[in-house]
Amino acid sequence: MTAAAAPGGLAIETHRLSKHFGQRAAVDGIDLAVPRGSVYGFLGPNGSGKTTTIRVLLGLAAADHGDIRVLGREMPRELAGVLPEVGALVEGPAFYPFLSGAANLSRLDTADRHASPASRRRRVGEALERVGLAHAAGKKVHAYSLGMKQRLGIANALLRPRELLVLDEPSNGLDPQGTREVRHLVRSLTEGGATVFVSSHLLAEVEQMCTHVGVMSAGRLVAQGTLNELRAAGRTRVQVLTPDAGTASRVLAGLGLEPGLPEGSGARPAEALVWAELARPGVEPETIVAALVAGGVRVRGFSVERSSLEERFVSLTGEGFDVVG
Amino acid sequence: MASELTVLFRRLRTWAMLLALAAIPILIAAAVKLTSRPATPGRGPLFLDRITQNGLFVAVTALVVSVPLFLPLTVGVVAGDTIAGEASLGTLRYLLLAPAGRVRLLLVKYTGAVVFCAAATATVTTAGALAGVALFPVGPVTLLSGDTIDVGESVVRSLLIAAYITVSLLGLSAIGLMISTFTDVPVGAMAATVVLSVVSQVLDNLPQLDWLHPWLFSHYWLGFADLLRQPISWTSFGDNALLQAGYIAVCGAVAYGKFSTKDVLS
Repeated sequence: MTAAAAPGGLAIETHRLSKHFGQRAAVDGIDLAVPRGSVYGFLGPNGSGKTTTIRVLLGLAAADHGDIRVLGREMPRELAGVLPEVGALVEGPAFYPFLSGAANLSRLDTADRHASPASRRRRVGEALERVGLAHAAGKKVHAYSLGMKQRLGIANALLRPRELLVLDEPSNGLDPQGTREVRHLVRSLTEGGATVFVSSHLLAEVEQMCTHVGVMSAGRLVAQGTLNELRAAGRTRVQVLTPDAGTASRVLAGLGLEPGLPEGSGARPAEALVWAELARPGVEPETIVAALVAGGVRVRGFSVERSSLEERFVSLTGEGFDVVG
Repeated sequence: MASELTVLFRRLRTWAMLLALAAIPILIAAAVKLTSRPATPGRGPLFLDRITQNGLFVAVTALVVSVPLFLPLTVGVVAGDTIAGEASLGTLRYLLLAPAGRVRLLLVKYTGAVVFCAAATATVTTAGALAGVALFPVGPVTLLSGDTIDVGESVVRSLLIAAYITVSLLGLSAIGLMISTFTDVPVGAMAATVVLSVVSQVLDNLPQLDWLHPWLFSHYWLGFADLLRQPISWTSFGDNALLQAGYIAVCGAVAYGKFSTKDVLS
């Protein structure tokens, strides 16, 4: 729809974006790059600045420093032109409890000057249908469950065809069934060519539906890239279970690896676990096994351990429940 | 705009307030009717003694009673709720994301409050007229200037008074809107608005501060007696309108200044 919609361009781009609340930096110089057509998982523990970033991206709050471009246009200067192309769910759904679900959507649609009043009823109906709320359209929102409100919030983001969807914790409060539906929905949206920016603190969710990931920690963007890049950035190590720890270490060192000290032994006291980071290109696990066997090492166990995305996530954001405050 | 009014008038609270306002003239009429003792002229609210002779005075008396507290109270609730109410529900961020436009939202919200002012005074006037017609004889009205006007003319005068009071409340609405942009707590904005209206009236009664009086937004609130003279004296109407316009301009500017750059974090 926009002239700047060059394929391969960026749907969201920020440069050294910062937002302070008093002395504390909620968002500290982040450079987001969200490719068009991607499903971008914006991952980070609670309080890491995800929602604040989204608020600033959408012009709800003003940035202290940095530039923002959304759909190729500068924000918040061109806000009025950009926002109609953006569907958003920010920090949970919010509605007038004394109005019905359909009336709430109509109300928010009216607030958009560019939305056609003629097709309003149809669009509201379709959006409700899409999130499975058609049967509850006439019910007042105060009678809705948390999950229903969440669905209604997503319906609001889908009232018009959008180029970009910003969904802040879309699966919050949804049952497993609803979470699956959100995944399907996100997939169907990208098939229609939209870019989806999903924030989440749930790694599994991001792993299942995203193509790209950005990881926030304490207001900083500590990693960004495709899901595979982020996985690959994790370390892989090989472990050898053998009674000949010394020989094994020498063989590994001969391959250019740096074997760690033999760790706590296996089942029998004579056995030890020798490990090494698989950090050299060209040295594949099978080469190592062949070299070990050729070196006369009695290999009783051999394993390749790839650090999971979860370990990667924890190593990036720190462990524990401390909310950065 | 239509949507704004729908939201306002689909709220139970709005109707409860209008019902309470309608109850005022009805209570007054019933109380006067049930007490056999004729009201002593000069005691009680203005025009109370005239009700038994002419039911048309019920509406005017009810307006006199409502202006100092009841009307500002309800207007304070609606005006204080404008922005802060949306903020506390969280709907403010979705309205802005729609995008509603911040200036447009302020204008629509203020218009909504103005419509409520008109609805509130109209409610008191209508309920008063109906109660008066139902319980008391109706006839030509003797004005403050001693002239007599017929029933039709007196209805026009009642509507003029209602219009005067609506205009009187516009400044207060603007104050409510302004306060509402400073907080996410609607009750706080409502209370502050109502308190300000009381403070303004108290200050207006301190003779030591008479230099300040013409600047108080409540100064002309009870000035509608001029509309009950023959010929009508429009001076207080004009002064009042000018003063209220000043409040709208100042508070509107402050509200705009605050809201157009506000971080919406609720």
